[in-house]
Amino acid sequence: MTQEAISTDVVIIGAGPCGLFAVFELGLLDMKCHLIDILDKPGGQCAELYPEKPIYDIPALPVVSGQELTERLMEQAAPFGPQYHYNEMVEELEKLEDGRFRVKTDGGLVFEAKVIVIAAGGGSFQPKKPPIPGIEAYEGKSVFYSVKRMENFRNKKVLISGGGDSALDWTINLQPVVQSMQLIHRRDGFRAAPDSVNKMHALVEEKKMQFHLGQITALHGDNGQLTGVTAKGNDGQDYEIECDTLLPFFGLTMKLGPIANWGLNLHENLIPVDTEKFQTSEPGIFAIGDINTYPGKLKLILSGFHEAALMAQAAFKYANPDAKVTFQYTTSSTSLQKKLGVA
Amino acid sequence: MRIILVDGKGCEHELEAVEGWRVMEIIRDYGFPIVAECGGACACGTCQVEVDPEWASKLHEPREDELDQLDQNYGGEWSRLSCQLIMTPELDGLRVRLADIAIREAA
Repeated sequence: MTQEAISTDVVIIGAGPCGLFAVFELGLLDMKCHLIDILDKPGGQCAELYPEKPIYDIPALPVVSGQELTERLMEQAAPFGPQYHYNEMVEELEKLEDGRFRVKTDGGLVFEAKVIVIAAGGGSFQPKKPPIPGIEAYEGKSVFYSVKRMENFRNKKVLISGGGDSALDWTINLQPVVQSMQLIHRRDGFRAAPDSVNKMHALVEEKKMQFHLGQITALHGDNGQLTGVTAKGNDGQDYEIECDTLLPFFGLTMKLGPIANWGLNLHENLIPVDTEKFQTSEPGIFAIGDINTYPGKLKLILSGFHEAALMAQAAFKYANPDAKVTFQYTTSSTSLQKKLGVA
Repeated sequence: MRIILVDGKGCEHELEAVEGWRVMEIIRDYGFPIVAECGGACACGTCQVEVDPEWASKLHEPREDELDQLDQNYGGEWSRLSCQLIMTPELDGLRVRLADIAIREAA
């Protein structure tokens, strides 16, 4: 599916705290932003890894949760009308002849922008793969790391592996449509909503599914089609489970992903930038937050905010080489206050 | 006081341990390529080790957050996070094997 290109001033890759604050800083300079994120929500690591963990080192906020920080940043960016594109991974980034950049996502979205800001943190969140030998041969055929359409699993013999919310939720949600449902987890404890755990136990009681204790050690099948697995129980004994579909749910991890293919200089999976503009080796492509590196770099949200402010000035000058930038304060400038909708 | 570390290739190393240090810190201090991404906050699971079964009973029970990380990082029966194991004289001679997930790939 290819769509007509969305034309904008800036494409920000990553809607974590630094990407969100960049919208604000760029907005003060009248630059319109589109944000693209692989997650289904804003906030990046703050939302995905530690939404409820308190953060203590945001200036003027003695304590704030990842979730709340995200909400406040969204609120602060809102006057500038950013457009958010979730569940999209940027796959391609190329420079056009007219000096602009073209961005393509895995979902078929195409953007053309004057400036690119990479605020991708540790890279893209991707499912953790269990270290079972030969699992790659089954991926996409009978091993899946996400459920896109429940209908694809109708009348299948499904085995789900894991003990978190995703594992439990899909066990419960898919159970009515599958031929057989089995869940395997390494212990009889779960890090999932207690209600889901109770529901799962109830389904086992009603003999509508089976629960196994243990860890999958081997897969069996042909040409990517699974016929069963070998699991090791906590007593050290191996046992077999018959299934034609395996859904491992072990949470997400961060991988640099396609960024490595964009022709930028990299250093240990980070993007080196200068500390005046936070520009990468490619003029017009900037990198802020955890993804960049420079002498003295600290991976702090607060540092990313500073980087966003300086980057915005440089990005404006890059996109408008002939315009004069007058540095202004939000406290005193009525033009900035108008942009913020408060004057 | 010492710990015995079995590395990714199966080679044994005897490391001088310091009381009060985390096993992860000792391994890292010796320059082994342990990932230990979160630095000891029990938040990433990338300092996983397999404890010799003979030593397992001498360790304190894992806390809930350690169990969560072992769940998400494919822990086995004897798996622990080395950042949650703090050296005491009772653990002199502790034998652990570095899990694959904890070994930093060469860049």
